[in-house]
Amino acid sequence: MTHYLDFEKPLAEIEGKAEELRAMARENEDMDIEDEAKALDVKADALLKDLYAKLTPWRKCQVARHPDRPHCRDYIDALFTEYMPLAGDRAFGDDHAVMGGLARLGDRPVVVIGHEKGNDTQSRIERNFGMARPEGYRKAIRLMEMADKFGLPVVTLVDTPGAYPGKGAEERGQSEAIARSTEKCLQVGVPLITVIIGEGGSGGAVAFATANRVAMLEHSVYSVISPEGCASILWKDSDKMREAAEALRLTAQDLHRLGVADRVIPEPLGGAHRDRQTAIAAVGASIAAMLADLENMDGKDLVDARRKKFLSLGSKGLAA
Amino acid sequence: MNWISNYVRPRINSIFSRRETPENLWSKCDGCGTMLFHREISDNLNVCTSCGHHMHITPRDRFYALFDGGVFNEIAVPEPITDPLQFRDQKRYPDRMKAAQKSTGEKESMLVAAGEIGRTPIIAAAQDFSFMGGSMGMYVGNAIIAAAEEAVKLGRPLVLFSAAGGARMQEGILSLMQMPRTTVAVQMLKEAGLPYIVVLTHPTTGGVTASYAMLGDVQIAEPNALICFAGPRVIEQTIREKLPEGFQRAEYLLEHGMLDRVTDRREMRKELIMLTRMLMQMPPPTWGDLPAPGNETPAK
Repeated sequence: MTHYLDFEKPLAEIEGKAEELRAMARENEDMDIEDEAKALDVKADALLKDLYAKLTPWRKCQVARHPDRPHCRDYIDALFTEYMPLAGDRAFGDDHAVMGGLARLGDRPVVVIGHEKGNDTQSRIERNFGMARPEGYRKAIRLMEMADKFGLPVVTLVDTPGAYPGKGAEERGQSEAIARSTEKCLQVGVPLITVIIGEGGSGGAVAFATANRVAMLEHSVYSVISPEGCASILWKDSDKMREAAEALRLTAQDLHRLGVADRVIPEPLGGAHRDRQTAIAAVGASIAAMLADLENMDGKDLVDARRKKFLSLGSKGLAA
Repeated sequence: MNWISNYVRPRINSIFSRRETPENLWSKCDGCGTMLFHREISDNLNVCTSCGHHMHITPRDRFYALFDGGVFNEIAVPEPITDPLQFRDQKRYPDRMKAAQKSTGEKESMLVAAGEIGRTPIIAAAQDFSFMGGSMGMYVGNAIIAAAEEAVKLGRPLVLFSAAGGARMQEGILSLMQMPRTTVAVQMLKEAGLPYIVVLTHPTTGGVTASYAMLGDVQIAEPNALICFAGPRVIEQTIREKLPEGFQRAEYLLEHGMLDRVTDRREMRKELIMLTRMLMQMPPPTWGDLPAPGNETPAK
């Protein structure tokens, strides 16, 4: 069953009607409804195109958080072979909100790291909704060190509402773990590339996304704070998330203009969840292209270029 | 000239401004409620003489007390573009900036200076919580990069006093990008083999804690400072239970292995002198109230 977002309600009605007609026709063979159903399909398509042609920033947040959107695990399963998960931070535990390990992209061995949100109640709880604890960042640091040691490129897939705000996480040094992970991203002498596949939530995302190349899916978002959080602080009203989403400039398109995202990966009409295969293939092609871009750079060049890229960020605003 | 503009003029101005605001002569300690005379507080570095509570201190006042003879040279910070996102909540961002500039008399939320402490040349940077919550935007990023570059150029340690609610939301993603930018600054110092000492003051939270404020060679905090990634209210809403007494305060972090030391503000200068001199392999310090460095050893 398709999960519709609130703004997709009119679409749900049309698609529902078409589905109803077809169900009736299946039970009653002399009914000829195909023309009518097709007309509804056309109408639904037009509406979908219309809705997605001008998604507001808040609607983009909703699409980025869509429960059926492909998650890290789906990308790893489809795009990599020989994926061998590696667990633990060697200090406290293993954080299931962060997946990571060795894998092959084509023939090439790489280290892949990403946030996983989970697909149903049980896996969401197990994955802590993609909100990592210090152990998750420390696992990532360890994997990046391994990649650096053995000369393997690092691919990170970002999809997190943010780092987990919990008692234990704070006691075990959430901020230190994030700071060290960002620091490690800046140190590794191997290609480091990131795809923001859904939500890029604040520091929890930066810790993985301080990369040579950052790509964002068309309807993904990346922000210093969630629109709800920003609204409750600056508007003193968390229901003003639409206004906050607008002001924060968190869409892939705005971030591309600001130079934070190097490329925007187009999504199938209606979002990645409507045609998962196509979306996943597009991400795969983008990863390959970004790695190819960095192929001829040695370790020092990669580190220098990464630093330079971040130091020069912010030299242009959106006004121009 | 620098001595006049950095030291004499502000002192004269502060004398006059104090005269103009007699209603501010007395203030109440947030810790114990004792009424304190302003001279009594400022002579004690804004630490309550009765209960030892550490009140807010501006970067400028901190530097007057920190540097030998109260003399320091401000280091220019490259100006970032203003209002890059044309951000507007209930107020326009430039209007919020103007209000903060008016109320603090400062241009932005960080001050960077070069000077000597116990005849030890250092670079210091301090964040101003009274300026838009000390928030980290592009200016703060530029300030920390400028401080690190100056430290590397002159071969001096960097001492950074942090105080911030976190990243500046009005600069959106560009404020978030200060996390990697300031981390690059810290790496410059590390590669040059120069000490980077962080003094965490109340409060240091959010993206600031999760970047430059947690990457020091030595991590010191002022007593009872709130230091965290997610604030206590957010955590209470998430886990729906009451947090333990002193949670996320300096002493709690010390107990959990996240800090090297918790140090009273009145002892801080002495500790910083000892620390920087040992790390720089310099001879033991000479103690006492040192006057400003003479012309033969200019604090560059």
